[in-house]
Amino acid sequence: MNEKAMRKSRWITTVSLIIIIGITYLSAVITEFNFIDSVATLPKALSWIFANLWITQETWERLPAILGKLNETIFMSIAATTLAAIISLFLGLMGSKTTKVNNVFSVLARLIASFSRNIPVVAWSLILLISFGQNSLTGFLALFVGTLGFLTRAFIESIDEASQSAVEALQATGATYAHIVNKAVIPQSLPQMLSWILFMIETNIRSATLVGILTGTGIGYTFDLYYKSLNYNAVALVTFTIVIAVIIIELISNRIRKVIL
Amino acid sequence: MEMLRGGAQPKQTYIKRTRTGRINIKAGNKVELVTKWTIAMLAVLTIMAFFFFDYTGLQLERAITETAYNLKTMFLEPTLSHFSWGEAFHQIGITVGLGVLATVIGAIIALFLAFLAAENLSKPWISKSVRVVVAFIRAVPTVLWVLIFAIAAGLGSEAAVLGMLFHSIAYLVKAFSESFEEVDRGILEAMRATGSNWWHMVTHGVLPSTFTYLLSWTFLRFEINFGVAVAMGAAAGAGGIGFELFMASGFYFDLREVGFITYAILIIAIILEIVSTQLKNRYFPAAAKN
Repeated sequence: MNEKAMRKSRWITTVSLIIIIGITYLSAVITEFNFIDSVATLPKALSWIFANLWITQETWERLPAILGKLNETIFMSIAATTLAAIISLFLGLMGSKTTKVNNVFSVLARLIASFSRNIPVVAWSLILLISFGQNSLTGFLALFVGTLGFLTRAFIESIDEASQSAVEALQATGATYAHIVNKAVIPQSLPQMLSWILFMIETNIRSATLVGILTGTGIGYTFDLYYKSLNYNAVALVTFTIVIAVIIIELISNRIRKVIL
Repeated sequence: MEMLRGGAQPKQTYIKRTRTGRINIKAGNKVELVTKWTIAMLAVLTIMAFFFFDYTGLQLERAITETAYNLKTMFLEPTLSHFSWGEAFHQIGITVGLGVLATVIGAIIALFLAFLAAENLSKPWISKSVRVVVAFIRAVPTVLWVLIFAIAAGLGSEAAVLGMLFHSIAYLVKAFSESFEEVDRGILEAMRATGSNWWHMVTHGVLPSTFTYLLSWTFLRFEINFGVAVAMGAAAGAGGIGFELFMASGFYFDLREVGFITYAILIIAIILEIVSTQLKNRYFPAAAKN
């Protein structure tokens, strides 16, 4: 790094820091956020958490009911992810530069993905709740739509990354589109795709809690009920079971990832 | 087979054969096996899921037609009825502001924790224990953090920002410490040889060479935090556009307003996505994960 580049990088650093400080100050004003207040509440809040969020003997009796709901949530996120992955695979094949059929479908696939990904899962769950009512399918569909957009983008990237030479070689031998996809594209990008699917299952279990609070399904609803009835011991137990479930699923998918990648 | 057995017999250990005696061209492919099993498990679990679901009060046909109609109303006739344009901008500002605060404060705290978590700047046991704590924090959904802080700190932006901080810190510690670990070993060694202390190494060796990466990771997190701030407004009463969305659909059943708010969120989310895609292409060509 010569002196000029160094001076330039220092200049960029200073300017960006000033801009960030300015934006942060503006945000604090508009949200009426008080730095000193929040620093002061932190120890209070932590001591409250340590004093109240204990799992007591009687809350353990609620464990079977909680585990049932947790089960529903886990199944919900796995089903939403897997089914979204199947559709995302087609959208990904349409959207990728290597395997697109024509430009119209390519743009359309990317548009669908962007639309379903950028509308927050909150909006989907609130819209679906109106007519689907309070049942598992609402949560499932809300997760499904958000996952579809995310996985399509990820799959397009994985397919683009896979080497083009195999596709070209097959094209030269006169292979059909189905052959190319089946023998060249899928085998090369499958590990990457699977890794994304596993990542999405982990993410979805966490978002399923949020969706559950909004739509009244699964473990989120259980949490909300205990939370609103001020039963903080049960709140602690629900949180604890979610943490365990998420960590177990993370460990399993890390294991799988280590082998396939 | 008999022909092979007699005469110049090839060593069996070199060639793996299937039961029928053919040469196994997929010899010892653990990867393929695990891949197949994972896909099979996911398929089975998905099918099982639909038996476990609770379908109380569901009338599928009516629900689908109604949702289609609702979506049409939402997206084709968006209007504002319960608040003005000015108010709409103010609420969007609050949501963006919550995202900014959680990201910036999170980045500052994460920076210091990342020094402790990076293997080349810290002791092994410190970096291990920071990682375990971070993994625990990540496992608790953000909405639960916000709700738990709302009891302790009272409703308002403080609880929302504090709750959102946790995941931002966990995410950024992982990203930052990985960037630190990629710093050229030679730089650190050269500085150590000149007798500089830990603090000098950080401020003159590590930070200058990773600063742009840190900034882009922080922006990527901001994109996520905007979505989280919308969700917290709706699910934890943190205010902002998410809360308005919740009110419009849950209390007023005003689909046109829901449509307007959705469009507003969509526009900002797409702008953030375009910026962060460009950052990614520029600084992380190997498609940054997570």
